[in-house]
Amino acid sequence: MTVGIVMLVHTALDRAEQVARHWTAAGCPVVVHVDKNVPRATYKSFEQNLTNDPLVRFCKRHRCEWGSWGIVAASQSASELMLEDFSEVSHIYLASGSCLPLRPVQELIDYLTERPRTDFIESATTADVPWTVGGLDQERFTLRFPFSWKRNRFLFDRYVEIQRRLGLQRRIPVGIIPHMGSQWWCLSRQTLSAILQDPEREEYDRYFKRVWIPDESYFQTLARQYSTNIESRSLTLSKFDFQGKPHIFYDDHLQLLRRSDCFVARKIWPRAERLYQAFLTDSSAAMKRTEPNPGKIDRIFAKAVERRTRGRAGLYMQSRMPNYDWENGLTSNPYSVFLGFTELFENFEQWLAKATNARVHGHLFSPERVEYAGGQTLINGALNDSAAHRNYFPQAFLSSLIWNTRGERQCFQFGPQDNQDINWMISRDPNAQISVISGAWAVPLFKSNRNFADLRKDAALFQKIESEHLEILRNTATKARIRVWTMAEFIEAPMEPIQAIIDEIGSVNLHRLTEAPTMVDLAGFGQFLQNLKNQGMHPYLMGDFPVERGTVNQPKQPRKPYLVR
Amino acid sequence: MRSEWVTRTKGQELGVWQSYRLRLQRKRWRIRAFRKRRDLRSVADRTGQIRSDDILVFCTMRNERVRLPYFLNYYRDMGVGHFVFVDNDSTDGSLDFLSGQPDVSVWHTCASYKRSRFGVDWLNRLQRKYAHGHWCLVVDPDEFLVYPFCDTRPLRALTDWLDASSIKSFSAMLLDMYPKGRLDDQPYLEGSNPMEIASWFDSGNYTLKKNKKFGNLWIQGGPRSRVFFHDKPEKAPALNKIPLVKWDKRYTYVSSTHMLLPRGLNQVYDEWGGEKASGVLLHAKFLDTFTAKASEELERAQHYSASVEYRAYADSLKDDPDLWCKFSEKYINWRQLEILGLMSKGNWA
Repeated sequence: MTVGIVMLVHTALDRAEQVARHWTAAGCPVVVHVDKNVPRATYKSFEQNLTNDPLVRFCKRHRCEWGSWGIVAASQSASELMLEDFSEVSHIYLASGSCLPLRPVQELIDYLTERPRTDFIESATTADVPWTVGGLDQERFTLRFPFSWKRNRFLFDRYVEIQRRLGLQRRIPVGIIPHMGSQWWCLSRQTLSAILQDPEREEYDRYFKRVWIPDESYFQTLARQYSTNIESRSLTLSKFDFQGKPHIFYDDHLQLLRRSDCFVARKIWPRAERLYQAFLTDSSAAMKRTEPNPGKIDRIFAKAVERRTRGRAGLYMQSRMPNYDWENGLTSNPYSVFLGFTELFENFEQWLAKATNARVHGHLFSPERVEYAGGQTLINGALNDSAAHRNYFPQAFLSSLIWNTRGERQCFQFGPQDNQDINWMISRDPNAQISVISGAWAVPLFKSNRNFADLRKDAALFQKIESEHLEILRNTATKARIRVWTMAEFIEAPMEPIQAIIDEIGSVNLHRLTEAPTMVDLAGFGQFLQNLKNQGMHPYLMGDFPVERGTVNQPKQPRKPYLVR
Repeated sequence: MRSEWVTRTKGQELGVWQSYRLRLQRKRWRIRAFRKRRDLRSVADRTGQIRSDDILVFCTMRNERVRLPYFLNYYRDMGVGHFVFVDNDSTDGSLDFLSGQPDVSVWHTCASYKRSRFGVDWLNRLQRKYAHGHWCLVVDPDEFLVYPFCDTRPLRALTDWLDASSIKSFSAMLLDMYPKGRLDDQPYLEGSNPMEIASWFDSGNYTLKKNKKFGNLWIQGGPRSRVFFHDKPEKAPALNKIPLVKWDKRYTYVSSTHMLLPRGLNQVYDEWGGEKASGVLLHAKFLDTFTAKASEELERAQHYSASVEYRAYADSLKDDPDLWCKFSEKYINWRQLEILGLMSKGNWA
């Protein structure tokens, strides 16, 4: 009882030779198939090197191209030779030249001896495998593929299209249920010989020759016909990237591979000297005797696929520059934008910082300079406070700031006097929490000691800008969390909305707010607004303010704060 | 290879007219490079030693003698097989040093750096002649490539993986390194690691814009932008680089190593949310040698856009600025750069 290795080789022949000797040293016969694309001279010297080994055979060479029949033909020829020449072989293991045994060969032999009738071959129906998304799944069995995917991509695609349009379908041979799976299998002599000696084989072969990527379906389908006991998994550890290319193992994967407990891994970088050295010195103490479990490695490779397909949210860098709407997150972390709060409350920023432990900036987009928290001139990532730098690309400035301060909540003030170029971006960003007290920009105007004509001009401008901003926030594409109050509404009952905002930020103080921020003195504000009106400028964003607050008893109930979206 | 090829049509569609014009431009640069061959005089030609699978380094330089030993060893250790230099009339013995190295071929020229489009024409010429079919790295003597897993895997592991993934060009943005304190506090000694002195960098103040015409990204920022271009960030130098390319004789660099033609080679970034693999060029420009260099280069006026960059340096250097700030990051290794989001492993694992 032993296991025979069928080895498909096309490059790195020196490594293949090394591995072949490793197998034969443990008493496993090896049948080598060398791709016909390998130059004759190279092949000859390779064959020469291995002829002195009585357990090595070379089979008929086929031309192997990815996705074509050649690989199946090679496996067939090599398997036939194996079954014929080595009668003591009970299991046949299909491996490639870049496969590397990770555990002592004797363990593999013992493992298979204990399971004499089991066939290890990943085999699933097309409906059940997730990895054909976006490609051809069922169609690979019902269409014809005479053109090479690699060399004649154009013709390949067109021919598929034509067949689809005309509704052409091939007949699947009777009794066959297409299955797919990893091309690396380990079959028992009974099953493999039944497949190869099937009287119907010629018909099956004819059919599979025109199936796309038959090496993933030929044995996987036919094994279902004969096997009494299929274990649908591969004994070969093999990981695939998002394009379906196998991941390659390097020296720094040594510890990972040791922990994999798998019998064989592919694919190994031919120059991974340390791996070859570590695993080909057959010390039985090297490995624990446990059931193979490639799951330990899964995580690291799944992450690589995730990184390549989805990337890190909110990161813009030299190799990740998502198109509009493909960002998978415009920014990396949640942040809060406050409009009108710092105008309405005294020392609002300090108060908020204390209440939430977040970093509270002033007007980051103010025209003069970037008002970082605490009056700093630089912040994480060495972003400076130059308005010119920020205005050069305001969206990039904001996403960089949020990225640089990952792990710490950022809050900033915003208003109609600031650079408005980020409004669309923020409104589309689910990470943004925007709270607006509309019209509160009038408070600093009211408090200032400037000529009324100038104030009137500013008020008109600010009102226009803010109403445009509110339009954007009320857009249907808005994904930000938005709350808008008119100033009149807000000052009726300020604590409730503030509590809601703070709760959403997730402050450390779980109890209710004890200390309320102090509102600026608004005595005379109503008159100020009335003066604007008298000058022909009607401020409406702040809601209804009586000329003399308190003198008129207001019967109107304050409206509840409302949420947009 | 497994079957789940997810294919998406990438890149912007180009009009026939526009792609024809880019083609003409590429030819123009090639012809220009061909004409500039007369500028070059071979001093040590060891290109016969180049084996078919060697990785090559191409480099233009002037008066960098003190940097060369570390530079050569850095890339030799990485697995580079052969170096091709163009020496632009050095006066510090660089040429003699280089022609004595066993794995270096060197050409000499007295011609104008500016009129060779900052060395691009010279290197385009030599690359066309010697780099066809090779992985080819174009760097300056103060640029040090860092790529994912560079501490455990040689450069050939990367190029093999790029080959297997059918990727022809690899991006590595320029990361300006600077010392803490005055530039001349610590003199650079020949053979030592410049990153031991200039070990700080800016981690998160970069802006990226797409260049529609060539399809490349245009990256600006870093300490030079922060300090020397405080009020005019649009003038700050470009930091995007595509230094590692599986060269074909039809390719040309257009402007330094910032972009190439055909424009498909500039598509080193993913536009669908994912990250492609990328590296970083550590730029050890700011050593004690810099002040002298800046004033010399200003005098020669051989640099980009009337040497606006060097003029800005000279203005600021009078006040001896400290590029370091309290938000500077100290360089540790490539993993740090990848966590900071300056480079990416992509799907190389």
